[in-house]
Amino acid sequence: MNKWTRRGLLTTGVIFGGGLVLGIAIRPGNRTPGLAPLVTDDGETLVHTWVKLDTDNRITVIVPHSEMGQGVGTALSQMLADELDADWNLVSFEEAPAIEEFANHSLGQGFLLPGVELPAMIAPSVEGVLIKTAQALDLQITGGSMSIRATGQYGMRVAGAAVRELLVESAAEAWNVPVSEVSASKSYLAHEASGRRAPYSEFASAAAEKTPSLAPRLKTPDQFTVMGTHVERHDIPAKVDGSALFAMDVQVPGMLYATVRRAPTFGGNLAKLDDKAARGVRGVKDVISLPADEIGGTMSSFAAPATVAVVADSYWSAKQGLDKLELEWSSPDDVKRSSDDMFAQFDRDISQAANRQADIRSGDVAGAISGAAAVVKADYQVPFLAHTCMEPQNATVSVTDSGCEVWVGCQNPLGFRSAIADALGMDSDAVVVNNHFMGGGFGRRAIADCAVQAALLSQKMRKPVQVVWSREEDVRQDYYRPAIQSRFSGALDENGNLLAWENTYVNKHEPAEAPLIPYSVDSLDIGHVESPTHVPFGAWRSVDHSQHGFFTESFIDEVAIAAGQDPYQYRMDRLKDKPRHRAVLKKAAEAADWGTPLGSGRGRGISLQESFGSLVAQVVEVSLVNGETQVDRVVAAIDAGVAVSPDGLTAQIESGIIYGLTAALYGEITIEDGAVAESNFHDYQALRMPKAPIIETHIINSDAPIGGAGEPGTPGIAPALANAVFDASGVRVRRLPMSRPEVKMQLEDWSASAA
Amino acid sequence: MVAINVNGTTREVDVDPSTPLLWVIREQLSLTGTKFGCGMAQCGSCTVQLNGRPIRSCVTPVSAAVGQQVTTIEGLAPSDSELHPLQQAWIAHQVPQCGYCQSGQLMSAAALLEANPNPSDDEIDKAMAGNICRCGMYGRMKAAIKTVASASYYDAAATADGSKA
Ligand code: FES
Ligand code: FES
Repeated sequence: MNKWTRRGLLTTGVIFGGGLVLGIAIRPGNRTPGLAPLVTDDGETLVHTWVKLDTDNRITVIVPHSEMGQGVGTALSQMLADELDADWNLVSFEEAPAIEEFANHSLGQGFLLPGVELPAMIAPSVEGVLIKTAQALDLQITGGSMSIRATGQYGMRVAGAAVRELLVESAAEAWNVPVSEVSASKSYLAHEASGRRAPYSEFASAAAEKTPSLAPRLKTPDQFTVMGTHVERHDIPAKVDGSALFAMDVQVPGMLYATVRRAPTFGGNLAKLDDKAARGVRGVKDVISLPADEIGGTMSSFAAPATVAVVADSYWSAKQGLDKLELEWSSPDDVKRSSDDMFAQFDRDISQAANRQADIRSGDVAGAISGAAAVVKADYQVPFLAHTCMEPQNATVSVTDSGCEVWVGCQNPLGFRSAIADALGMDSDAVVVNNHFMGGGFGRRAIADCAVQAALLSQKMRKPVQVVWSREEDVRQDYYRPAIQSRFSGALDENGNLLAWENTYVNKHEPAEAPLIPYSVDSLDIGHVESPTHVPFGAWRSVDHSQHGFFTESFIDEVAIAAGQDPYQYRMDRLKDKPRHRAVLKKAAEAADWGTPLGSGRGRGISLQESFGSLVAQVVEVSLVNGETQVDRVVAAIDAGVAVSPDGLTAQIESGIIYGLTAALYGEITIEDGAVAESNFHDYQALRMPKAPIIETHIINSDAPIGGAGEPGTPGIAPALANAVFDASGVRVRRLPMSRPEVKMQLEDWSASAA
Repeated sequence: MVAINVNGTTREVDVDPSTPLLWVIREQLSLTGTKFGCGMAQCGSCTVQLNGRPIRSCVTPVSAAVGQQVTTIEGLAPSDSELHPLQQAWIAHQVPQCGYCQSGQLMSAAALLEANPNPSDDEIDKAMAGNICRCGMYGRMKAAIKTVASASYYDAAATADGSKA
């Protein structure tokens, strides 16, 4: 096995890799002789699977997650360092290598700590893979907002506390004093009575011989010294001077560049290829067609589409060559469908409700509806969405007779390793994955399609190959956030009380709880029907919450308004036994001056969403000018249990809101004739600075378990926006995005009548 | 052969003169801080300065840079030991998330302040509108730009060497 090279670790500055490492404290350093050589340099001791100490008393935390921009390495290091009573100035971190020992064997081997609930996001995709299957797979996933709440809470903190215990014990033995008399602080051990004091590093090798405790005593929040404080992210300096290395920045000696085009229709095939003109382009080395069956599965259940690649001595030559290819594609008749066809299909399938599966059911919904004073009904629809990570998909692979080396930025290094090994017909052990900073992940970088292309091309060319997708390819060959529809009925009594909530939607994925509501209601029936389409789908920031957050938080607003009540108060009244929910909602409402008048053409909307263990309330203020929606201000309140890194959490909420707002305002991938119509940022727009609202984030530290940060900001923005638009104009948007011509027309009509 | 001056050094490259400057900077000169994001002047990731003005290098042929001064993110800091004030402000405000867009953002912001040391909010918006950040760090970038503008770094520099407006 190759050493996980310093290049792999140090060029990226931080380390990524692992996924769930629940129960990691089980492996003492001395029982993992295979690990130490992979990550230690001279003078370093691997005291624990996740902690190195060097002779200068510097601590390196080995972080088992990938850096997509969320600052995960810094936050996880804070958790470990705090429990270790380390001097924060001596702490740095590296990414764990993509090697099984560093991955989550604890899962498959039943090493879960008692009382730790297995997060639903463990399945590697949103395709409903069972946990059982997941346990058998190589899992090393960064997603599901789990880094801090699972790895950090149950892994890094336990590891830090366990190492602290080992060091204290080792010092007590060396000094021949009782363990209880040895104290640890700021990376030093001390015995007060004898005046002895020594750095942690002095006891590193003795500690490495011991077996760490599985259940060391953890601090209580009032004892935290590093967690909850503002620390600067370690990865930021390299991101302001251009030195941070993303996968696309890798240059391997002798490397060729390639770019690809895939069958535009999902499921399509290559009918004709004339590459004469392409081969005449200066620098073009080869034109290679990769039939669908050769590409195989790429960590998704969708068949890989046929691909044509142009390989050249530079990206530009490859791109010129690609543009000169004469290509004809065939596509099966049954996939030549449009978005409208699919929405019609959803509508039909919801109406037929054949094989409807209930998520949750209580009381007598039918009875409540038939006896209701009023019944509110609404259907909502959301479109397909692409991820458009800022860095287009790319991967560099060098296949030689002895093995394969990969340079990529991905959310699942071990999964990529096995996908590439499968495609090449190699042993996983022969594949080394160097993981880099990701220019955005958002769920897209969990799928290995582009990396598999690079591997196959390198194998054929017998040279290292870097595949870079054009933005057009990135937009058209995504695994999309699925378009779905959801239908609601709400029954009210004569006082506006909510008697029943009925909801049927199409195509359930993950997390399972996404369509559920926090509000108390006597009778409840939430369920789904299957209505599959041919469009490949995958996880998109906040997954199913991105859809159901819009549906449920729009509908509760419609219900409140039908009841003639204030939407904020109506929610509060239905959260009587949920103090955390009430607290975030109240915080956001008060901070946003809920209830004060805003003037004509302006409005406020509110939402509350529980996702990935965190609660987020948002209040949006909008102005409507000539049919255009301008989002002026967003006030968010989050309860993520304990904010480990308050500024990092705030940044994640800001980021999640802008990501969700971009989608709510503009996001729509349109399917025409079975293929994606959009292609680049001119027709698949992103929010830009002039339209970006002021965002104010308020953090509530409750004593609840630590929740996620990367995703919970996203789901609540669309409904709060739609509710605000209604407040301003009386126009109710039930199908996103806001930029749809139908919405614009309604808002223009409203403007004209208001003027 | 095409000769271009990048960050004060003239380099000869053997490429077709119509090749976009972006790919020459990244692949031939190995200055990989400048990023590819869209290839059609939509996202700003590839922003560099040509004689101090921000340009999208993905749509600028290398031939257009001949005889001009190209500045990339690697050439933004005044010296190896000192960061540009905007880079410092970017750290102070913890601006980058994934960081991929940030070279382009900084090059646009630096060009703005060079031309207009005290921009209004609208002027900042306008100057930065061509740079997308999918991580959504617009608020932090704006705050960081304002910090530098209000610190009057550019005014002081102007007084010192008398050349900058
Ligand atoms: S890559 Fe040049 S503007 Fe996007
Ligand atoms: S920091 Fe990620 S795109 Fe701007």
